[in-house]
Amino acid sequence: MFEDLSSKLEKAFQSLKGEAKISDVNIAETVREIRRALLDADVNYEVAKEFTNKVKDRAMGEDVLTAVNPGQQFTKIVYDEMVTIFGQEREDIEVAHTPPTVILIAGLQGSGKTTFSAKLAKYLKEENNRNPILAAADVYRPAAINQLKTLAESISTPVYSIEQKDAVRVAKEAVSMAKSLALDTVIIDTAGRMHVDEKMMNEVAEIKEAVQPNETLFVVDSMTGQDAVNTAKEFNERINYDGVVLTKLDGDTRGGAALSIKTVVEKPIKFVSTGEKLDALSPFYPDRMAQRILGMGDVVSLVEKA
Amino acid sequence: EKSRTGIMEKLGKAIAGKDTVDAEVLDELEEILITSDVGVKTTVEIIDRIEARVAKDKYLNSSELNNILKEEIIALLKDHAPDKPAEFDADFPQKPHIIMVVGVNGVGKTTTIGKLAHLYRQAGKKVVLGAADTFRAAAVDQLKIWSERADVPIIQQGQNADPAAVAYDTVEAASARGADVALVDTAGRLHNKKSLMDELAKIKRVMGKVVEGAPHEVILVLDASTGQNAMEQAKAFTSFVDITGLALTKLDGTAKGGIVIGVSNELDVPVKYIGVGEQIEDLQVFDRELFVNSLFGD
Ligand SMILES: Nc1nc2c(ncn2[C@@H]2O[C@H](COP(=O)(O)OP(=O)(O)OP(=O)(O)O)[C@@H](O)[C@H]2O)c(=O)[nH]1
Ligand SMILES: Nc1nc2c(ncn2[C@@H]2O[C@H](COP(=O)(O)OP(=O)(O)OP(=O)(O)O)[C@@H](O)[C@H]2O)c(=O)[nH]1
Ligand SMILES: [Mg+2]
Ligand SMILES: [Mg+2]
Repeated sequence: MFEDLSSKLEKAFQSLKGEAKISDVNIAETVREIRRALLDADVNYEVAKEFTNKVKDRAMGEDVLTAVNPGQQFTKIVYDEMVTIFGQEREDIEVAHTPPTVILIAGLQGSGKTTFSAKLAKYLKEENNRNPILAAADVYRPAAINQLKTLAESISTPVYSIEQKDAVRVAKEAVSMAKSLALDTVIIDTAGRMHVDEKMMNEVAEIKEAVQPNETLFVVDSMTGQDAVNTAKEFNERINYDGVVLTKLDGDTRGGAALSIKTVVEKPIKFVSTGEKLDALSPFYPDRMAQRILGMGDVVSLVEKA
Repeated sequence: EKSRTGIMEKLGKAIAGKDTVDAEVLDELEEILITSDVGVKTTVEIIDRIEARVAKDKYLNSSELNNILKEEIIALLKDHAPDKPAEFDADFPQKPHIIMVVGVNGVGKTTTIGKLAHLYRQAGKKVVLGAADTFRAAAVDQLKIWSERADVPIIQQGQNADPAAVAYDTVEAASARGADVALVDTAGRLHNKKSLMDELAKIKRVMGKVVEGAPHEVILVLDASTGQNAMEQAKAFTSFVDITGLALTKLDGTAKGGIVIGVSNELDVPVKYIGVGEQIEDLQVFDRELFVNSLFGD
């Protein structure tokens, strides 16, 4: 698909032979192609507009038109800009000075929170030698507690749950439990909720207030479309999360939601989830994500060598 | 959020007595459609249709003009809508009527089955559920709770059983018990995973061995917040199990679910239901007009 965008841009530039500098007028077709590629990849409408404007401004200052392959050259500018937005540094989970480290997991229904909570427990155990306990603070979804228990059992991790439908209490007691058992990490799985559900948004804010987590993560399905910015913004306003987890990247979605969210809330993407099995977790790589959104193959490295 | 309600009026004004549509208005229309996940391709199609109508029927009066847009969008959905969508008390051509529910992970399959079971039962039908998601942790427990809520029996063999065997059992039990309708839950699977899609095709196949023509419906569940990938999903599921209808879930948020316009049009399948919450009564029969109105915020 890189060829797609790159050859489309090449075509768009063909009509510009003989012109020395990029101008608002002669770049319009190219900008339209890029914008369309972004929209096809589910990048938010406003974000796509902002992004193409930025890329255009950058291109104005460079000698794109006199390059051997202006289309490729321009694609490289687009790609670089996207990688810059995603940020280069890999950000880790915050750790408490005095244990336990408390991690709160939140997001929309079905985004992958429970699966991710178990994956994170496994990851922290294996990679960081930590001893986590999972808190079953989804007290609503049918069989949510059993789901978490089943997953936890497969990685020999304890779960704290209670009979009462009181998510705040579960979270608080799980933290006390961790202290008394000398467990160093508490991962709180919460119910899926709509950002417009006032009562449920209050609940998650209350949980956060009650346990003062060291790390709050917003879990989002990578197949999400235009609405990603609304939900990401609303959750951020309510719980001011520290990072984002992108799930279901084992699908074939282009994942433009990642760019939209990063642009709008400016929080780092800390993990990506790539399968239903508990080992399907990986760090976030900005370059891979940018290539994916733009539908690019290896041509970036070709341009880099050129 | 920007007010979308003015677009109809503006569109009317912009094209009244003209044979082209004002570029600014088209831009605004484009923004509304794109931000509702309608997608570039379908948006271009809709805009082309409107321009063609305007060029053909010059000098329409302004009240007619206001409806052009909605009509053209509804037409994309309408062509494929069933005559009588989802009358829960209607007689099935064949008994038991088997409905298989499929889709990618976490879209709302199990919940939608619980809600449908409730609606059919309320309408006096004898319902059976089949727990053919034996893979996801506690999936059987989850469906079991829904079966209790809807007060209908469930056929299950526990976690990790062969899903095709559960599906087979379900159809057989539905026949033996003289049930009107069986709803078969399946594990969420991403459409690009060939082996899982083959498994789904097999689950479908075995049901036809018990009852001629089963499953009679294959419902693909799409999450309203899903973007352009929903088209890939629909194409892949159709090629493996031949989708007969769509259910669009999670419309109780701010996502518009505009992708179903293109999906319905391209794959020639009707949208049958919408999910508007997590409770048992939160399922509605799809209404094209209401849906298109909601795209424009009225
Ligand atoms: N293919 C794939 N499936 C995933 C991934 N993460 C989660 N899932 C699946 O997505 C579905 C939903 O995952 P859950 O972990 O239950 O999601 P949740 O956010 O806890 O859902 P609620 O609690 O209902 O809001 C399940 O079928 C999971 O197996 C992933 O990275 N890839
Ligand atoms: N707000 C809202 N939530 C919904 C709706 N439908 C389902 N859900 C929620 O979405 C989550 C996933 O629903 P499930 O029915 O488990 O989805 P599924 O497709 O069976 O998931 P897997 O079997 O894991 O692939 C649950 O938390 C449901 O309560 C809806 O219409 N609105
Ligand atoms: Mg969960
Ligand atoms: Mg399910």
